[in-house]
Amino acid sequence: MGHQAVEGTAVYIHVPFCSIRCDYCAFATWTDRDSLMGAYVAALREEIATAVDSAMEPASSVFFGGGTPSRLAPEAIQSVLGSLGLREGAEVTMEANPEDVNQASLARWREAGVTRLSIGVQSLDPTVLASLGRHQDAAQSLEAAWAVAGAGFDTWSADLVFGARAETMQSWETTLGTILELDPPHLSCYSLMVEPGTPLQADLARHPDNDLQAELYEATEEILAGSGLSWYEVSNWAIPDAHCRHNLSFWKGGDYRGFGCAAHSRAGERRWWNLRTPERYIEAVSQGRDPMAAEEFLDPTQRCLEALMGAIRTREGIPWDPGRPVPARLSELVVQEAGRLHLNLGGRLLANEVTEELSGALCG
Amino acid sequence: MPVTQRMRNFSIIAHIDHGKSTLSDRILELTGAVAQREMREQYLDSMDIERERGITIKAQNVRVTWKGHILHLIDTPGHVDFGYEVSRSLAACEGVVLLVDASQGIEAQTLANCYLALENDLEIVAVMNKVDLPAADPQRVATEIEKVLGIDASSILSISAKTGQGVAELLDAIVERIPPPKGDASAPLRALIFDSYYDQYRGVISSLRVMDGELSSGSRVRFMQAGVSHDVEEIGVRTPVPTAVAKLGPGEVGYLIAGIKNVGEARSGETVTGSDRPATTPLSGYRDPKPMVFCGLYPIDGDEYSDLRESLEKLRLNDASFTYEPETSGALGFGFRCGFLGLLHMEIVRERLEREFGLSLIATAPSVCYLAHVGDGEVISVDNPSVFPTGRLEQVEEPYLSVSVLTPSEYTGAVMDLCQSRRGEMTKMEYLSPERLELAYRIPLAEVVIDFFDQLKSRTKGYASLDYEPAGYEVSDLVKVDILLNNVAVDAFSMIVHRSKSYEYGRRMTERLRELIPRQLFDVPIQAAIGGRVVARETVKAKRKDVLAKCYGGDVSRKRKLLERQKEGKKRMKAIGRVEVPQEAFISALRLES
Repeated sequence: MGHQAVEGTAVYIHVPFCSIRCDYCAFATWTDRDSLMGAYVAALREEIATAVDSAMEPASSVFFGGGTPSRLAPEAIQSVLGSLGLREGAEVTMEANPEDVNQASLARWREAGVTRLSIGVQSLDPTVLASLGRHQDAAQSLEAAWAVAGAGFDTWSADLVFGARAETMQSWETTLGTILELDPPHLSCYSLMVEPGTPLQADLARHPDNDLQAELYEATEEILAGSGLSWYEVSNWAIPDAHCRHNLSFWKGGDYRGFGCAAHSRAGERRWWNLRTPERYIEAVSQGRDPMAAEEFLDPTQRCLEALMGAIRTREGIPWDPGRPVPARLSELVVQEAGRLHLNLGGRLLANEVTEELSGALCG
Repeated sequence: MPVTQRMRNFSIIAHIDHGKSTLSDRILELTGAVAQREMREQYLDSMDIERERGITIKAQNVRVTWKGHILHLIDTPGHVDFGYEVSRSLAACEGVVLLVDASQGIEAQTLANCYLALENDLEIVAVMNKVDLPAADPQRVATEIEKVLGIDASSILSISAKTGQGVAELLDAIVERIPPPKGDASAPLRALIFDSYYDQYRGVISSLRVMDGELSSGSRVRFMQAGVSHDVEEIGVRTPVPTAVAKLGPGEVGYLIAGIKNVGEARSGETVTGSDRPATTPLSGYRDPKPMVFCGLYPIDGDEYSDLRESLEKLRLNDASFTYEPETSGALGFGFRCGFLGLLHMEIVRERLEREFGLSLIATAPSVCYLAHVGDGEVISVDNPSVFPTGRLEQVEEPYLSVSVLTPSEYTGAVMDLCQSRRGEMTKMEYLSPERLELAYRIPLAEVVIDFFDQLKSRTKGYASLDYEPAGYEVSDLVKVDILLNNVAVDAFSMIVHRSKSYEYGRRMTERLRELIPRQLFDVPIQAAIGGRVVARETVKAKRKDVLAKCYGGDVSRKRKLLERQKEGKKRMKAIGRVEVPQEAFISALRLES
């Protein structure tokens, strides 16, 4: 599996600030360090400027992720984007929490250059939200989503999480149905995962039921397909041409460049990542040091596995010689067509199994 | 006066924790054999396992002097599995010291060994130990000893091995009451070996007692049962420091080194005679060791197979009573089918393999040796369920034990429940005192090898004691239960059980495996079957979901490593048909079973 060349740089910018930490979240984010925001944005600009000076290609896509990027002032977003060179028609995605969304903030984000807003709705069922440890108001979330839908971005998306312990088929269908009333061009629907080191992991009683999650996923596919949203990645559905170009480039094996604390980058066989905490990141950058924490170089087998685990998740799948038999264990999980192999619905639920089996055949 | 008149040969019979090692230590001190400053606890127990468990596995012997007399203390193995070895040690004695804890009373195994001593006409010197403890009840215990063994209560000594109180009087009593050995110094040599162990520098070192004639250093001797001859390299006595001597005469106890490489050629019960003037008949009572309990031993790490084979070879140099032969299991890989004298023996061998040879092992459930009658008078020994005949089968016999349990009377019901649940048949119930009684049962050996002792201990809060001896074979309604995974039999879980328990075994194993076997891409039926008939069934439902919800640039490295680990794990799985099972699942199931 080789990676595909993508024109321009795919840029990820990490924003490690949240108002409240969700207890299933394992990302690098903090709730008590808002005072660092100014210095952090300055450091981001500095790190980006250094990369631009070293002839980084202008960005074809930018993704502000977190944490909660919407906690930064729109001017900060704008100044960070200003330090980057953007290609014509670049996709600029920003994740936003419902509590930060209002008519004014939406307008200022658009002015700052955000073209695609992704709103973290998660669920519209109060019981499910509570069992997720999300302290947000379902009505407020829905109102914010309506505002996003009408704010005039090129496109937008909502993030949903299904399968918390309190979730039922009915609660999930209600959440999905309510969101679909907004005609979203794009939805990300994630099954709740138990990540190591999170409060959720320690609370066995709230661990999700894997079988129910499988049923919810199948229902999701049926409902979304019926509403004109097609899956293009295991957890992502979109109307035609509304997929996230930034993420799709990643799944297809493209290089990317991450800025900010804990941000990861990849270039060919090289992977590297920045210092994890915002303090150490700011300190390093302000002292003119490289904020890189560590790097690794993947051998061909590792690169092949990494490329496979990304590409197999997409609707396009992986190239497959039509003459080559599909491994018997996978015969009911994949579809072979037009020189490619992709997952069917059952296969999408068992993507890890498929990846393992195919890596044995393809990656040695 | 012939020198034998000043000799006394004796063993100490005692239950675990009743103070045998402590008394031995005191005797060594009091007779000046070991200076107090050189004393360490349990002086005669040399193996780590012996000290830790407070049991004696290898018989030791020591020669001390007391008021002009030579005393040979012959230590006996302290467990029921070594009943034959105990009988050979007793055959080297004229008397025994019966040591009973004054707060506990006599225990089953002690009683059995006393009966053995009485059968051999040995003089019994009864002693109550720990009389200085507040819980001691010498009156009751003395009455009990009088009742069950017919020993006059007034002749029973009271001591405290810990403080040394009464030990000198005990030594006097040994001299007074135990008769001196008899034996004809001019007769052809006959010496009884009662223990042998392997020393990596000197070869086999045997403990023996000269019955008739004289054993001289440098002479050529013949081992009558093994049918081999050797030159005597060294003979000596343990004081307890090994001290070489020129000759050992009648009644004397000592050691023999004769360049022997394998303890199997110098077994307990062997008769040593002179090559130039051999005795016509060996001493009576010799028996070949016969394994009673069998199990498969497998290295947890398959790469350790050859280490296991080497270790078994080495261990067998030192312990000729266990057997092993190669065996292959679909579930566990390459290993060995091993035979043992009993359960403790099995545990000891396994523990020594792990401890002294650094191996990690998994044992299959213990099995016994069945006799399958397949017609035309042909009988097959079945010590492994995998060779249980499937075709014509007229009848199957299984080995039985005579089991004796001594228990405080309040636990009578608990003991009876246990024995009945193990298909036991009561043969005797006798009160030793109002508070304690003996229960005797005939129980199939197979019912005792799994968990019986632990159950007995837990149901009687540790107060009951157990003794048993083989009691022949009986026809039984036995069946082989196979456990099938996706219709393929898993050999490690096949078991021969009584029909009345086959359903229970099948249900237990299928339930357990359902919990241990990871979900596959398809439904996996787990069945217990007798012949072709399924008696229990569980299903491991197909795995529905195994996918990362999120796979983005930020943690792709971590998730790749997760997949790499998962892939590595798969490589270590055993394939049973199409089903992939981590070996740990089999190991957990077997651990729970035994």
